Amino acid sequence: MPLLEVDNLEIAIAMRGQLLPVVRGISFSVDEGETLGIVGESGCGKSLTSLAIMGLLDGTPVRITGGDIRFEGQDLRQLNRRERRAIMGSRMAMIFQEPMTSLNPVYRIGDQIVENLRQHQKISQKAARARAIELLELVRIPEPQQRVDSYPHQMSGGQRQRVMIAMALSCDPKLLIADEPTTALDVTVQKEVLDLMADLQERMGTAIVLISHDLGVIAETCDKVAVMYRGKIAEAAPTDDLFARLAHPYTRGLLNSIPVVDRDVEWLEAIPGRVPGIDEDIEGCAFHPRCPRAQDICRRNEPKQHRIGNEHTSHCHFAEEAAP
Amino acid sequence: MSAPLLSVRDLKTHFTVKQPGLFSDDRIVRAVDGISFDIEPGEVLSLVGESGCGKSTVGRTLTRLEEATSGVAEFEGQDILQMPPAAFRPLRRDIQMIFQDPFASLNPRLTIARTLGEPLFIHKLAKSREEARRKIGETLELVGMDPAVMSRYPHEFSGGQRQRIGIARVMIVEPKLVIADEAVSALDVSIQAQVLNLIKRLQRKSGIAMLFISHDLGVVRHISDRVAVMFKGQIVEMGDKHQIFEAPKHAYTQELLSAIPRVASHREAV
Repeated sequence: MPLLEVDNLEIAIAMRGQLLPVVRGISFSVDEGETLGIVGESGCGKSLTSLAIMGLLDGTPVRITGGDIRFEGQDLRQLNRRERRAIMGSRMAMIFQEPMTSLNPVYRIGDQIVENLRQHQKISQKAARARAIELLELVRIPEPQQRVDSYPHQMSGGQRQRVMIAMALSCDPKLLIADEPTTALDVTVQKEVLDLMADLQERMGTAIVLISHDLGVIAETCDKVAVMYRGKIAEAAPTDDLFARLAHPYTRGLLNSIPVVDRDVEWLEAIPGRVPGIDEDIEGCAFHPRCPRAQDICRRNEPKQHRIGNEHTSHCHFAEEAAP
Repeated sequence: MSAPLLSVRDLKTHFTVKQPGLFSDDRIVRAVDGISFDIEPGEVLSLVGESGCGKSTVGRTLTRLEEATSGVAEFEGQDILQMPPAAFRPLRRDIQMIFQDPFASLNPRLTIARTLGEPLFIHKLAKSREEARRKIGETLELVGMDPAVMSRYPHEFSGGQRQRIGIARVMIVEPKLVIADEAVSALDVSIQAQVLNLIKRLQRKSGIAMLFISHDLGVVRHISDRVAVMFKGQIVEMGDKHQIFEAPKHAYTQELLSAIPRVASHREAV
């Protein structure tokens, strides 16, 4: 049984009296200790998917309109608030892009870690503080005995993200959801944080769902990848298989859009047009207005899932031919 | 060799940060701490580095948005840092700036026609309304937009389209030097590629010199002729882009290059 199973998930935003679909039936699973990368551009639905899994959509105009989310076999959508709170922050934890806004600026970081620990475990104040120092050491914060009493503003961006990771890992979660965890960081700091996450994952066996707009980050850290476009998974595969045989024109376009550091490219092969707005209707394949290979069938019919390899799937009418 | 268009010598921009407390001394932040470089006409020089290295302050100092502490910056032989503001004003046409955030750098209350018409009016580049309209239309076409968008407002456009409008506003006055500060950093990768291609094409066609400020080494390799790597207010390595990317000498440049996550290793591995 997979640790996390998302089955035909649909999410919509209530806007001007109607429900606009933003995630249109996506399915994926994550095994214990595995890293899944979800990649896509703004508005593709990747962040809403992670918030839906964490149950953080309450009180927003966004709601789940269909599908199942199962964690350790339990249907998360059926849980009441109290049951969900017992899981979130302990069995399942999340880190966000901007560590400054996720940490409370008026509390010492040690107290914030202690609070989370005592929320979920029967542990004395003193033991929790000792554990907080241990966790800071684990995420390689120098002089943890002193830094445990620091306020968030006394730390750098990279250190704050490490504190978030320490807090997320405090209850030894089975699943960590990381939404653009390094996007706000400099490349050298990003590398340190990604290395740290990989190292901790190996030691603790935590499964990770890593959400990113950066194919490079995904390629270097994930076992498997789901590429999202306009609320759907365009292509999904184990990472090596995906890059060995791109089977969706959007994945190819995304890859060719990245200016690389290792060789000269005279002109980038940009994807023409723009990401359609959520209130625009597109018939057929959602990518067809921007697709260089679009045929009549793409304008008429929504593509079904094509299986290219064992675990490699593509929602493209020409999935087999799209590969070189 | 011809004279450089811009010649910067030992430029320093320091900021004084007031410290709270009666007896504490003010702290001095040496954002730019003695840098020198030349830009030839038609050349693209990139300043690359991580946040806080001072790269943006260089651009802001050269456009006199910040005051230089010391040093010389000669543009076509005139020192632009010391001249009085009134003398610098006509040079604002020649030295233009593209900013990062296309949402913050366009006035939301002006139509696109007025946004692009204002610099024409200020620098007296159009004799009549008709001539201004014609120029605005041509410039919009140049950046890949329909001239019919003239009567619309910034909020009606996506981030990529707004950045095109920002570029049109710069191009319409036919500058000699463009300073682009993280001009494509806020854009999604598929849109970023379109705008990068556009900037490169316009630069090639017009021969405008450019100071391209960015944290993204891939973008820098794509756009530049030469690259200067900044660290803590100083240029630690400068050279032809092939030298910087293929044979970096400074340890910091090497560290930057090795930190970038790559897709390439996978594609070759399989």
